[in-house]
Order: sequence, then structure tokens, then C-alpha cells
Amino acid sequence: MDVSNIAAVSGNIAVIGYGLAAVGPGIGVGLVVSKTIESIARQPELAAKLQVTMWLGIAFTEALALIGLATPFIFA
Amino acid sequence: MILFAGTPFELNRIMMIRLLVTALVLVVFFLWSGTFKKAYKNKQYVPSRFQLMGEISLNFVRKSIAHEQLGEKDGDRFLPLLTTIFFIVLGMNVTGIIPSLNIASTALIGLPLVLAVAAYFTFIYAGVKKHGVGFFKNSLFPAGVPAAFYILVTPIELLSTFILRPITLALRLTMNMIAGHLLLVLCFSATSYFLFNAEGFFKAFGAGTFLFGFVFTLFEMLVAFLQAYVFTLLTTVYIQLALADEH
Repeated sequence: MDVSNIAAVSGNIAVIGYGLAAVGPGIGVGLVVSKTIESIARQPELAAKLQVTMWLGIAFTEALALIGLATPFIFA
Repeated sequence: MILFAGTPFELNRIMMIRLLVTALVLVVFFLWSGTFKKAYKNKQYVPSRFQLMGEISLNFVRKSIAHEQLGEKDGDRFLPLLTTIFFIVLGMNVTGIIPSLNIASTALIGLPLVLAVAAYFTFIYAGVKKHGVGFFKNSLFPAGVPAAFYILVTPIELLSTFILRPITLALRLTMNMIAGHLLLVLCFSATSYFLFNAEGFFKAFGAGTFLFGFVFTLFEMLVAFLQAYVFTLLTTVYIQLALADEH
């Protein structure tokens, strides 16, 4: 009996690359938002300022995931 | 018929959407400035609905982005660029969820790249105007670092300030819009497949994917606004960092 080929997956390994590229920024954005929520709970009157900083932090962190999304277009 | 077919100026769908949005933004701004001028001349203190809409939108960029980050004087100095960037990006993003246009015209790298290059030259101009050559010295050799560490710090600063900033600015906008477009395409083509090609019970999945598509359309509306906001905010912050005094 031939058991050398029980399961086969076809496709491009780059897909896994994007999945990995999304892990880090996912954790990062989560940390940024959770800390902002914590700070707003402590100092509600600073909410507007903290939110602007939060968007900046999210934008910087998110760029990493988006570079991951862009690599297949560049190396295709 | 395709306009300018065969030449480098051949009109494709995204180019057509860009021209449409540019025309729309121009018309809205002309109408707004006309309304403002008329209200000012007639000493009309209660704004009309259209005028109020203009005041709220323009003041959002002026008060909560430019003045908040740069202060009144410098904020007003760079306001024309910031307003242009915000409204162009917003207009081009919103086409991603308008039926029959269906793609954000910022989903091709060209337009975000032009805006990012404009932002790049503006913050270098702001820094050089204020500090002269000292701007490059400040940003490449930050004060308070031991001299030996400059071997490590200077290449990192060069990469992050002068190379990665415009690239990430353009890439962030483009990739967000591409991802959103792909998500919507996936949802609605799955709906089409389930409703028309699937057998029996699987047709019910179509309702689920259609609901997802609808929810993501709302989400894309949020993303369109957010990306315009983030692009403008980052440009403002880069200008602010270039203007900051040396420590």
C-alpha cells in the first residue's frame, strides 16, 4: 500500500508569509488600543489627546502588516 | 470607445474615477467659497445648511489637526497643503463603496505616491527653512547620544526619516484600500456564487455572505475617513517634528 501521499496542499508559500506578517502588528495594535482605553479610564478629560496619539501609534504599527501585504506585488 | 487609446494617457476605470472625483471636489470647493464670500458680504450671521457643512469640514482639518499639532501660526501656514491632502484622499477613498464605481481610486500606488512626495518635500522644506543645514544635523545626529553610538543611530535615523517615511505613507493608504476592495469583492462574489451556482441548502450561505458584505461596506466607510485622517495627521506630525527646536 502506498502511503507516501496522504494529504497534499497546493498553493503559494507566500500566503503563509502574509499570515505571519499580520501576527506582530495584530498584537501591537491590540497593546496600543488597550493601553489607551486604560489611560482614558484613568483620565477621561484627556480622551481627545490620547485618541490622536492612539491613531498615530496604530498607523505606525499597522504599516508593518501592510508591508507584508505589499511584498507579493513587488516580488511576484 | 476609450479616450486616448494606444497612448500612455489611455483612460482606464481608476483614471476615470480620479478625474470624476477631482471635478467633484473642485465644484464643491468653488460653491463653498462662493457661499462664504456671499455670507461675509451680506453680514449673514446665521449660516445656511450648505455653509455649515463647509465650515464643519474645513474647521475639522484646521482646528483639530493643524492647530492642535502645529499651533495657530504654523498651522495656518501649512493649511492649504493639509486641506488639499485631506479632501483629495477622502474623496478618492470614498469611491470604494459607491455602487457602480466600486473601487477606491487610491488603490493604485500613483496618487498616494504623489501626495506622499508632496508631504516629504514639505517637511524637508519646513525644517530647512527654520534650521537651515542644522535640520539634517539634528535629524541625523540627535543630541544627547554618545559620539560612538552615531555609527548605529545615524543609519537608522537616515532610513526611518528620509527613506521609510514617504514609502510607508504611500503604502499604508494604498494597501488599506486594496485590502478593503479585495474583502468586498470576496464577499459579493461569494454571494453571487452561492445564490446562482450552488445547490439546495448551500443557497442559504448566500444570505450570510451578503450580510458580511454589507457590514464590511460600512467598515470601509470608516476606513476611508480614517485613512484620510491618518494621512493628514502624519503629514502634520512630520512637519511638526521638522519644526521642533533642538534640545
